[in-house]
Amino acid sequence: MLHIENLRKVYRGGKVAVDNLTLDIKKGEFIAFIGTSGSGKTTALRMLNRMVEPTSGTISINGKEITKMNPVTLRRSIGYVIQQIGLMPHMTIRENITLVPRLLQWSKEKRDETAKYLISLVNLPETYLDYYPSQLSGGQQQRIGVIRALAAEQDIILMDEPFGALDPITRDTLQDLIKELQKTLDKTIIFVTHDMDEAIKLADRIAIMHDGKLVQFDTPDNILADPANDFVKEFIGSHRLIQQKPNVKTVDEVMIKPVSITVERSLDEAIRLMVKSRVDTLFVTDGQNRLLGFLTVESLTGNARTKKSVSEVYNRDVIFMKTGSKLQDTVRRILNLNLNNIPVVDDQQHLIGLITRANIVDIVYDSIWGEEEQELMDA
Amino acid sequence: MIGFFTENSADILLKTWEHFYISFSALLLGVVIAVPLGILLSKTKKIAKIVLTVTSVLQTVPSLALLAIMIPFLGVGKVPAIVALCIYSLLPILNNTFIGMQSVNQNIKAAGTAMGMTPMQSMRMVELPLAMPIIMSGIRLSAVYVISWATLASYIGAGGLGDFIFNGLNLYKTELIVGGALLVTALALLVDFLLSRFERFMIPKGLRMQGGRTS
Repeated sequence: MLHIENLRKVYRGGKVAVDNLTLDIKKGEFIAFIGTSGSGKTTALRMLNRMVEPTSGTISINGKEITKMNPVTLRRSIGYVIQQIGLMPHMTIRENITLVPRLLQWSKEKRDETAKYLISLVNLPETYLDYYPSQLSGGQQQRIGVIRALAAEQDIILMDEPFGALDPITRDTLQDLIKELQKTLDKTIIFVTHDMDEAIKLADRIAIMHDGKLVQFDTPDNILADPANDFVKEFIGSHRLIQQKPNVKTVDEVMIKPVSITVERSLDEAIRLMVKSRVDTLFVTDGQNRLLGFLTVESLTGNARTKKSVSEVYNRDVIFMKTGSKLQDTVRRILNLNLNNIPVVDDQQHLIGLITRANIVDIVYDSIWGEEEQELMDA
Repeated sequence: MIGFFTENSADILLKTWEHFYISFSALLLGVVIAVPLGILLSKTKKIAKIVLTVTSVLQTVPSLALLAIMIPFLGVGKVPAIVALCIYSLLPILNNTFIGMQSVNQNIKAAGTAMGMTPMQSMRMVELPLAMPIIMSGIRLSAVYVISWATLASYIGAGGLGDFIFNGLNLYKTELIVGGALLVTALALLVDFLLSRFERFMIPKGLRMQGGRTS
């Protein structure tokens, strides 16, 4: 759907930012452009909506060459998520989301409907539509930044390091969100990043750029298995190359049964359950076993006298993994975010399992003695 | 002092009105010229330097001299006074419009363009609203200047509250000088207050919430 051929950009002063870039991107693909700063990845991205005009070469979308299109019309048809969020501070969230529809002169009813639909996609309440960007946290603002790029039903979304300015936890949740949106809405996303973890996690194919040239363009697995040259090897980092090798396990194979409590129970019952099961954390669910949050023993000690039920004290900021996630990703997340454990949920948010730090021990054990054990058992 | 206000009450109203009329016309003319000019200048930085230097130089001409210079061209009365005061009001408005437009966050402007705004739409929907706090503060500054300088307009026969002060000087009547000065000050404060209300109306709500910052 998107065809880039011999694309070249030379800036005034003779600096070659992008050199003979040729790529084919299919509909519904998630592509990451990755490289060090100055590798030309952002320039390449900006040429796609003509924020930067190419020196030579062609870009065509669905067979139509974009240099022959009106740049304003072109930009309205391509979503764009900017690095520093870039919400209009003087417009409400509603006005921000529906900016492109407004430029396209959609009716007010249709714009309102779009705003409501989109804000529900990123799990924010409708009341936020009348807020101003400064009233939202950075992560919430960037959620709006993302849905703003979807508002006019654009098929192609360009993202220029959209999560660079966010803290690791927020970045992680937003990455999950964007991946899910991309799958459900079947959008083609082209994403610029310098974070290899982000690229591996999100992209269907990764384009590694260096000094304006495309060094390798392949799926994350293929790149990890077979780096094109020493630069790519170094860029990926040796720890990822090793991580990728052991047999890939999913969380479903190793997760244990979590201890959970429903939200309407009393704190007395919660403490008794903790003592009985010998755990310091309970997962809080609703009547249908859907994960709502968690309750730690620390949160009980101070409040037990004044508060009566679980619903008053439990923590709603729970980080979880979806069923089918790779175990490595899960462990990486536990280590990165310094968690003790991480619950696993299915597609309907039902709590089905728990991965703990003990699983890390298993992985280390497996990778060191796993093969020996296999031999012993065979003998 | 109270005598001054009671004896001249009718005159005071008339002169205050004249004073307001001269200042307001000058300011309005200044805004109409300086705001669009400032916007244009923010797009052409080379010319901007020259124009801003010229207006700075105009600003340094003594106000009394500038009023006197107007006489051979425009005669005496309100018109030359308004023209001269308008010239004075230009610099703060022009300067602030220029700075305001320059200070609009590049990222936000780029976001607008990337979403498919034409240059005119970007100006109307993004750049002007974001530059508005700085432009408005330039207008308020000019308003106070113009009202106090309009006192001198009396010298070329334009009337206004300056009449009281000049009469006081000629007749050695202190209460006329002090009373006139008080009225000018009061008018300046009042106009500044009204403009601050107008500013609240002009500056988008989302910007006021973050303390008027433009980024």
